[in-house]
Amino acid sequence: MSNLSAEGGHGAVPLTGVPTGEGVRPPEPEWPLYEVFVRGKRGLNHVHVGSLHAADDRMALLHARDVYTRRNEGVSIWVVRADAITASSPDEKDPMFAPSGDKVYRHPTFYDIPDNVPHM
Amino acid sequence: MNDHIHTTPEDEHDSAYSGLLVNDAHWAFGTDFEDPLAGVDTTIPQGVDAPTLAAYALMLGDDSLVMSHRISEWTSNAPDLEDDIALSNIALDLLGQARLLLARAAKADGSVVPVLPEGSPAPPEDALAFFRDAHQFRNVRFAEVVNGDFAEATVRVLLFSVWRLAVFERLRASRDHVLAAVAAKGVKELAYHRDYSARWFVTLARGTDESRRRLLAALDALWPLWPELFDTHEVEASAAAAGVGVDPASVREAAEGVLAQVLEAADVPRPEVARRAGVLGRTGRDGMHGEPLSRMLAEMQSVARAHPRGQW
Repeated sequence: MSNLSAEGGHGAVPLTGVPTGEGVRPPEPEWPLYEVFVRGKRGLNHVHVGSLHAADDRMALLHARDVYTRRNEGVSIWVVRADAITASSPDEKDPMFAPSGDKVYRHPTFYDIPDNVPHM
Repeated sequence: MNDHIHTTPEDEHDSAYSGLLVNDAHWAFGTDFEDPLAGVDTTIPQGVDAPTLAAYALMLGDDSLVMSHRISEWTSNAPDLEDDIALSNIALDLLGQARLLLARAAKADGSVVPVLPEGSPAPPEDALAFFRDAHQFRNVRFAEVVNGDFAEATVRVLLFSVWRLAVFERLRASRDHVLAAVAAKGVKELAYHRDYSARWFVTLARGTDESRRRLLAALDALWPLWPELFDTHEVEASAAAAGVGVDPASVREAAEGVLAQVLEAADVPRPEVARRAGVLGRTGRDGMHGEPLSRMLAEMQSVARAHPRGQW
């Protein structure tokens, strides 16, 4: 628990003489990590902007608002626990992505897109 | 200033930051660095006594300024980075309100502004913030109390924002365009401060024995100054009668109702601590403050006072 102290500051907690909660499940030393996605004023999609720690989902949302939208960036926020994300591994990069590297015909660049089709 | 910001239409949708500095119009009113009241009608409503309006704006402005400074003292000291930023944001919101309110006071009645040495570039709101002594401040005593632990910050922000939001909700209908605009802007900010602090209040109250103990101690410590928030000073009575201000007594019921909800959610009984008496019946609104305010101002004002002609 000693790593939770904030020595000298207003947030400092005493390290002695406080109930240790022995026998109780020890609190986790850190809040879980959340990933933050923000949709900007002109954006169509939520974009990953960073991560933060919070005790629960709602707190993560408030923290995201305070940390990542304080310069008027966003109109919508998503937060998701980092451990809820399943990610591809760098080890499998080749089997995952190399096969699409030579299939240029999959790009929609071989025909004209009408001007009135937005967001392409 | 936009020349060095390059965004192409293609990548705008992929960046949360695109378009940020392209158009200044989306910034809220009151962010002009030269004139905080730019674009707002500052004429004094008909039938309103200018010194009363100035004195009233000064009261509200001093509340915001002193509270802002106390919360800003948490910067770099909060339990974790995220709450550090949250508290700093709250302090900045309040500082923004203070700037507008002090500017309003100065504009309504220039005689309230301290006279600075010839050649000082300090705008009137800065002169009011940095060149008055404690006895000239009209903030409620609640705002000036020395900081405690994080539970104390939670209770402080909660009580202040519950009260202040109730006042500002009514102040939006002020006949004074500036006060109405400040209130309309402030309501959104204070609603967030209240949400943030109420959540922490419930979390700490229902957390561990230690967090609950600290929360209850903080509530008991601040409670004696809670009733003073609803006292009606004669300036407030005059401002309310003239349709520019809000009589704090008129929002007591609304504020108590909101607070009761938070207390219930947190399973915390309403404290039974007597109110702190004034000195010869005089309280913060009369310029009667505790020694901690003098110390706070000494720190807050020292640089500005040492360099009254300083350019920042």
